[in-house]
Amino acid sequence: MNFIEARKLVHEYIRRDEDDNVESILTALDEVDLDVRQGEFVAVLGHNGSGKSTLAKHLNVLLAPSGGTLWVDGKDAEDADNLWEIRQNTGMVFQNPDNQIIASVVEEDVAFGPENIGVPTSEIWKRVERSLKSVGMIQYREHSPNRLSGGQKQRVAIAGVMAMEPKCIVLDEPTAMLDPNGRTEVLDAVEELNRKKGVTVILITHYMEEVVRADRVYVMDNGKVVMQGTPRAVFSQVDTLKSYRLDVPQITLLAHELQKAGLKVPQGILTRQELVEALCQLY
Amino acid sequence: MLRDITIGQYYPSNSIIHKLDPRTKLMLTLVYILSLFIFQNVAGFAVVTVGLVLIILLSKVPIGYMVKGLKAIVIILVITAVFNLFLTPGETLVVFWKLRITKEGLKNACFMTVRLIYLILGSSVLTLTTTPNQLTDGLEKSLKPLNKIRVPVHEIAMMMSIALRFIPILIEETDKIMKAQLARGADFESGNLVKKAKSMVPLLVPLFISAFRRANDLALAMEARCYHGGAGRTKMKPLKYKSADGVAYLVMAGYFAAVILVRRFF
Repeated sequence: MNFIEARKLVHEYIRRDEDDNVESILTALDEVDLDVRQGEFVAVLGHNGSGKSTLAKHLNVLLAPSGGTLWVDGKDAEDADNLWEIRQNTGMVFQNPDNQIIASVVEEDVAFGPENIGVPTSEIWKRVERSLKSVGMIQYREHSPNRLSGGQKQRVAIAGVMAMEPKCIVLDEPTAMLDPNGRTEVLDAVEELNRKKGVTVILITHYMEEVVRADRVYVMDNGKVVMQGTPRAVFSQVDTLKSYRLDVPQITLLAHELQKAGLKVPQGILTRQELVEALCQLY
Repeated sequence: MLRDITIGQYYPSNSIIHKLDPRTKLMLTLVYILSLFIFQNVAGFAVVTVGLVLIILLSKVPIGYMVKGLKAIVIILVITAVFNLFLTPGETLVVFWKLRITKEGLKNACFMTVRLIYLILGSSVLTLTTTPNQLTDGLEKSLKPLNKIRVPVHEIAMMMSIALRFIPILIEETDKIMKAQLARGADFESGNLVKKAKSMVPLLVPLFISAFRRANDLALAMEARCYHGGAGRTKMKPLKYKSADGVAYLVMAGYFAAVILVRRFF
């Protein structure tokens, strides 16, 4: 069984008036199927309002599905008994770094998760050290989070999740509020966790450049999964992506335009290096 | 201007006072405050002064730094002194026009002013030598017995520490909104009190909305990290009494006895 298996997952936001009559129904997830294997790096891509954040909140059981089934780590997410175990196994990092740091000292914030699940004191210290090291923030352990940059705060948030030793982390637009430097910092940390520690990563984003690092990509639009595959396969369909109001990475776009102009460049070029090599082989 | 707020300010150092358990310091502060209202004469005043000076010296916090904290209460001090000076009945010393200064009034005014100054100085030793986290931890542990009468002690302590964490963030946000509104032509400076209060509305409304949004986000993030109240929670830095705390309690008992004895026999 896959680590995460969603079948025909539906979520509806129902707005009611004062008398409890249904005023309007917004279908944020519309029969979504999602399969993520243990150790995989999966990106979920979508425009604002495509339902990608709603999907992320289901994986951590912060929202309950209105229909369909969801299994996380072999456990039924609808069973209330599994709630804490699932939350421990799939950590979640949110968009705004300020709003998810609880303590006024970095190391105490990282300890918050382990404290909640009742890890003994001596083990907490080890875990805090290990997870701060894994995101390269160990030298800031006694700092106040208020003095850190956005990228550093977000790495602290990731360390806070890692200290619970989850099998999977879900990152819900972790870089949306960061500058380009912070963005690379955070993604490098995430990629390293995935490659070195084998943590399953689900990255929710609308930045195309970030998706290139993933093993597989899901593209969502209007609550539905409309495309899936490797980044290369997805990005080779530039026109389809554009119809979902998504832009491909600049380099892919350039390759696409060159191809349209009659050059024999292969589909789905993702990095500058690849384009350079492809162009060099032409002549 | 907003950055000058000194609530919960901590002065880092590694003095003996800094290393005491926060529970001990809370208890010490409580006893100290009690003693301020027990002493009634100059001898008692001397004992309290010796106690205070000793603690301040031990804490290694510069005196000037502490006195700065008094600025905020200068008005209260003056009002208290004036009221006590003129409104205490008793043996008349001087009469100006309709105002009478009595001997008792003079004494009361002096003692009340000294009491207030000492109160602020003494309790600021607590906040200057204890990090906000230790303080909330200490409160949580000391008030634990109240759990039996269903006071949600853990939750209150958690709220306190979150509030402390968000003070700088909200201050920064207020600054930002203020600048944004100024850029749109808002005027926070001119006009009388009513007009000034009214001009705060465009500042407070966005601030409240954003505070609620933050609270919502934070609650979600806490739940995602398995927070489910105080039950079954462990601590990264559990509080433990050390031998220094025992000594502190002994000294405190001695001090309190001295204050009471001085009140009875002098």
